[in-house]
Amino acid sequence: MLGTQVALVTGASRGIGQAIASELGKHGAIVIGTSTTLNGAETINQYLKEAQIKGMGLVMDVNSIEQINNAIETIRKTFGEISILVNNAGITRDNLLARMKDEEWDEIIDTNLKSVFWLSRAVLRSMMKARSGRIVNISSVVGVTGNPGQTNYAAAKAGMIGFSKSLAREVGSRNITINCIAPGFIDTDMTRSLTAEQQQNLIQHIPLGRLGRPADIASAVVFLASPAASYITGTTLHVNGGMYMD
Amino acid sequence: MENTDIEQRIKKIVAEQLGVNEADVKNESSFVNDLGADSLDTVELVMALEEEFECEIPDEQAEKINTVQEAIDYVNQHTSH
Repeated sequence: MLGTQVALVTGASRGIGQAIASELGKHGAIVIGTSTTLNGAETINQYLKEAQIKGMGLVMDVNSIEQINNAIETIRKTFGEISILVNNAGITRDNLLARMKDEEWDEIIDTNLKSVFWLSRAVLRSMMKARSGRIVNISSVVGVTGNPGQTNYAAAKAGMIGFSKSLAREVGSRNITINCIAPGFIDTDMTRSLTAEQQQNLIQHIPLGRLGRPADIASAVVFLASPAASYITGTTLHVNGGMYMD
Repeated sequence: MENTDIEQRIKKIVAEQLGVNEADVKNESSFVNDLGADSLDTVELVMALEEEFECEIPDEQAEKINTVQEAIDYVNQHTSH
C-alpha cells in the first residue's frame, strides 16, 4: 500500500512510535526510526529486523538541528528521499503553572513543537520537488481539551495543530498533505506513570471503556500516509475512544 | 561559458518551473507579474537555480531576484557557472 516509500518516524524506540514504525513497515514502507539513545536505536533495528522491514534505527535528538541534518543526509544517501514524515517524538514535564519552571516549559516547546518545525522544513524541499509527500504530526487530545498540570504540553500539542493547518495551506498545491492525529489516553510508558485511581477515573470518561492501544494510533497513521487519504489535509484525526468528540 | 548559454539555461528552468512556454520567457519578464508565479513558485525557482548552478542563494539575495534578467545577473556575478 505504501510502495517502497521512505518513512521517517521520530521517537520510535517504544510506545506509539514503535507501533507506527512497525505498521508503516508492514504496509511496505522503508522505515527509519529515531531514538535519542544508542540503546533505543538498537531496539529499533531489532524489531525492524524481526519483522523483516527494510530500514534502520538512528540516534537522533530532535533538539539538535545538526543531528537532524545529519540523520536526513544519512537516510537520503542510504535509502533515498523521505516521502513520509511522522513527527511522533514527545515528552512530558507536568507541573501546575504556578510552580512551572522555565526549563519545564522550554523543554516541552523545544522537543514537542520546535522539532516539528525543524523536521518538516528539512524534508519539505524534496517533497516539493517530488510533488508529493505526507507529514503526520502526533498531537494529543490534551492540545484540544486542555488538562491541568499540562499547560506546556497542551500548548505544544495545540501548536502542532495550527502549524499543520498553515503548512497544509502553503504546500497543498504541491500535493503534500499535513495532518495531525490526536491520541486520547493510550496505554504506554507515558500513561503508566498515572496511578491506578487516575487511570480508573480516566476510563469512566471514555465511551469505549478502555485506554487506547499504540496500534490504534499506528493504523490511523498508515491511513493518512496511504493513497486512500490523498484528499485529506490540514485536519486532526481524533483517536481517543470517544473521550473527546470534535 | 557564454552568457547566452546561462540565459538559455535560466529561461529553460523558468519555463519548466512555472509551466509556461519558453518563448514567453523574456529577459524583462517578472516571475510574479508576467509569468504568474506565486510566492511558493518563486521559492522553488530559487531552489532550482541553486541546483542548476551549484550555488547557495541567501534569502536576502533571493528576494531581489524578481525577473529573468535579475536571475541572469545574479548567476553571472556569483557563480563560476
